Amino acid sequence: MSNNKDTVQNFIIEGANCGSCVAKIEKALKSVSGAQRVEMNFADRSVQVEGNASSAELIEAVENIGYKAKPMNSESEQDALDEKAKADNAHYKKLMRNMVLALGVGAPLMLYGLIFDMSVTTNAQRIGWFIVGIVTLVVMAIAGKQFYNGAWQSFKNHTANMDTLIALGTGTAWLYSMVVVIAPSVLPEVARHVYFEASAMIIGLISLGLAFEVKARGRTSEAIKRLIGLQPKTARVVRDNKEQDIAISEVLKNETVRVRPGEKIPVDGEVIEGRSSVDESMLTGEPMPVNKSEGDTIVAGSINKSGTLLFKATHIGSETTLASIINMVKRAQNSKPSIGRLADVISGVFVPTVMIIAVLAGLAWLNFGPEPSIAYAVVAVTTVLIIACPCALGLATPMSIMVGIGKAAESGILIRNGEALQTTSKITTMILDKTGTITEGKPTVTDIINFNGSDKVHVLKLAASLESGSEHPLAQAIVSYAENEDITIEKVSDFNAVTGQGVTGRLNGQTLLFGNEALISQHNISIAEAKEQAEQLASAAKTPMYFAIDTQLQAIIAVADPIKDDSAEAIKRLQKKGIHVVMLTGDNQATAKAVANKVGIKDFIAQVMPDDKASEVTKRQAKGEIVGMTGDGINDAPALAQADVGFAIGTGTDVAIESADITLMRGSLQSLGDAIAVSSATIVNIKQNLFGAFIYNVAGIPIAAGLLYPFFGILLNPVVAGAAMALSSLTVVTNANRLRFFKPSKS
Amino acid sequence: MLMINILGALLIAVIIYWFWLYKPKQVQSNNNKITIVVNNGVYYPAHIKVAADKKVTLTFNRQDSAPCAETVVFPSLDISKTLAMGENNTVELPALKVGEYAFHCQMQMYKGTLVVS
Repeated sequence: MSNNKDTVQNFIIEGANCGSCVAKIEKALKSVSGAQRVEMNFADRSVQVEGNASSAELIEAVENIGYKAKPMNSESEQDALDEKAKADNAHYKKLMRNMVLALGVGAPLMLYGLIFDMSVTTNAQRIGWFIVGIVTLVVMAIAGKQFYNGAWQSFKNHTANMDTLIALGTGTAWLYSMVVVIAPSVLPEVARHVYFEASAMIIGLISLGLAFEVKARGRTSEAIKRLIGLQPKTARVVRDNKEQDIAISEVLKNETVRVRPGEKIPVDGEVIEGRSSVDESMLTGEPMPVNKSEGDTIVAGSINKSGTLLFKATHIGSETTLASIINMVKRAQNSKPSIGRLADVISGVFVPTVMIIAVLAGLAWLNFGPEPSIAYAVVAVTTVLIIACPCALGLATPMSIMVGIGKAAESGILIRNGEALQTTSKITTMILDKTGTITEGKPTVTDIINFNGSDKVHVLKLAASLESGSEHPLAQAIVSYAENEDITIEKVSDFNAVTGQGVTGRLNGQTLLFGNEALISQHNISIAEAKEQAEQLASAAKTPMYFAIDTQLQAIIAVADPIKDDSAEAIKRLQKKGIHVVMLTGDNQATAKAVANKVGIKDFIAQVMPDDKASEVTKRQAKGEIVGMTGDGINDAPALAQADVGFAIGTGTDVAIESADITLMRGSLQSLGDAIAVSSATIVNIKQNLFGAFIYNVAGIPIAAGLLYPFFGILLNPVVAGAAMALSSLTVVTNANRLRFFKPSKS
Repeated sequence: MLMINILGALLIAVIIYWFWLYKPKQVQSNNNKITIVVNNGVYYPAHIKVAADKKVTLTFNRQDSAPCAETVVFPSLDISKTLAMGENNTVELPALKVGEYAFHCQMQMYKGTLVVS
């Protein structure tokens, strides 16, 4: 990372105490080769260096003039994760300690209250409760410090949050109790009841809830942790003919790297030597290892299985496929679909609204409540403040998105953002490109039919020799077929490619012709005897081509782009969900029809120019359909962009990650069904969370305010409200975590 | 009783004024760069003036271990950033048009506004 061009590196400088040091340090850093722009900020003793200078040399330059420099924020993602886990753990422990302290005081008090009465009548009781009140205050100050601090700070900033509610709720209960103890005469006798236990219990229960939440939240980012964990810490590079292990950030572009069997590939590269099978499943979800040999690309994070590979580093640091996957998943996990917008608006005005409701509830009790109305009012105010939890509302969407998008990434489905996820769950029409999407995208020879006593091997040798000069994908299919059959290819003279027809050339004094009907009939060669067979081939989604020597037809060679094994099943899966599946192709009607029939698509359009694909999408959208478009991400870019959701399908890691709303790393069309299933499951999960949070707040507040009292005599205990507040956000996070176990069913 | 009711109504008025009607003080950024401290449930400063049509660099210094503080979201810009604890976390924003841009944590506990003028 520290060596690619235009990198920005940040350092903390130690020992710089005077303004004049700045110029000195900047000068020293500028003298390091590769450093282009150096800017030091004296205020926080940090310095930023742009360019491709090595970090080690920069640090050395600073040390040479008597200061110390250490890299800032340059730790690997793994280190950052470890640090976060450590911080989370410390936070968890602190919350648990607070919980023990607060419940340690609150629980015995509550028990006492259940057995005896917490009314204050005698002077002895007053002294006893006064001591209890002070102990409670100390416990609140220690265990609830963060809540009171947060409440005060946000109050000063004219904002209100969960801390505000907790501070107000527990504060009200404590203050009222203290008034009972100190000045009982201001209150009617029946109202002289203390609620110290509520303040302590609420602090304890909410701390417990938060502690569980910290743990549960850690699990929501498991998928990204797994991805980050794929990157090894060191790489073995060949420098000066010697192999050495270096930190991954020190690997240079174009450097030679060695990976041994069982090791993870450290950076993206191109194999220069060796053969091996590489497991890319963590990145692509494709379970089968891929064979790699000279010239093949390999990506960081995949595992080298069988042989040793020597490769040239092509992408390092933040440029690797793995880094861009991590980046995209991270970004997507923090984005929100529109379904969560209402909850956002509500949670934005939530706390002040709850405060107003609490005041209104208190007034209502005072005005209309039975005696002791002041005691009832205090209970109602405290309970309303405590039961309402904006957190559950605010967490409902982001937690599910976090888990859902991470889950998808694990199966090689990269979802750009929450909106794409939400729209995917609503798709009504799915348009599929044929070549490379439904089919493999690699034509192969399927049939060779000989005529006029020709020999198969001989025909293939001549045809492949002739086609070896052509760039056409069909020609390449024939050449590679011949190569697989160990047929040697010879050099052809007078090679001529006739656009849209085929090729001609000369070998051993004979004229060779290979192409479609138009080419053959132009040379007055009879194909009458082969016509019927050619038509049969065409209707079976194959492309028949004629091979002739001089004036005589020798063979029909048919080439077809085979349909992926699971395409038909995957399409059926979509149709079962009620999604209308359409196929678009630039191919001729016969081939299109044959492929469509095989995979069970009734709606198909042949001979579509690439530009017309986008207008086909628009046409469907105009009918009110929500259109998904699946293509290879390169040729189909305009159509992918026009669609409500564009799916770029790729084979393994070749696919352009930034090109579509959803990138399917695995070539199989089954990923499409998986993507829709994961999206739907996530949206359902969000709805459950939102429903839970709404019901909880909408129903909880009136009950807390005492609306049920006139009818059923029910008024909630503030401690119950505290438990409910603690549970609500925990419930949301736990429900979101359920998505981690989601498995898309294949049918 | 009347007094209590009047007090209650006043309290409600204060809540409405303090949290909703009050226009917070805005802090001018220095050359569109500013450091925001995340601590005790708030961003400080929370209301920041920046110049339009110029890149904005915000550095979030997170001192608050509350989980809410972990992510800062700029909903209208579709930008979000996970803030590492105890560190300076830089968020680069593209040049913005005149207007107000809210930013907040995932739960909208921490709130701030960029005032672009």
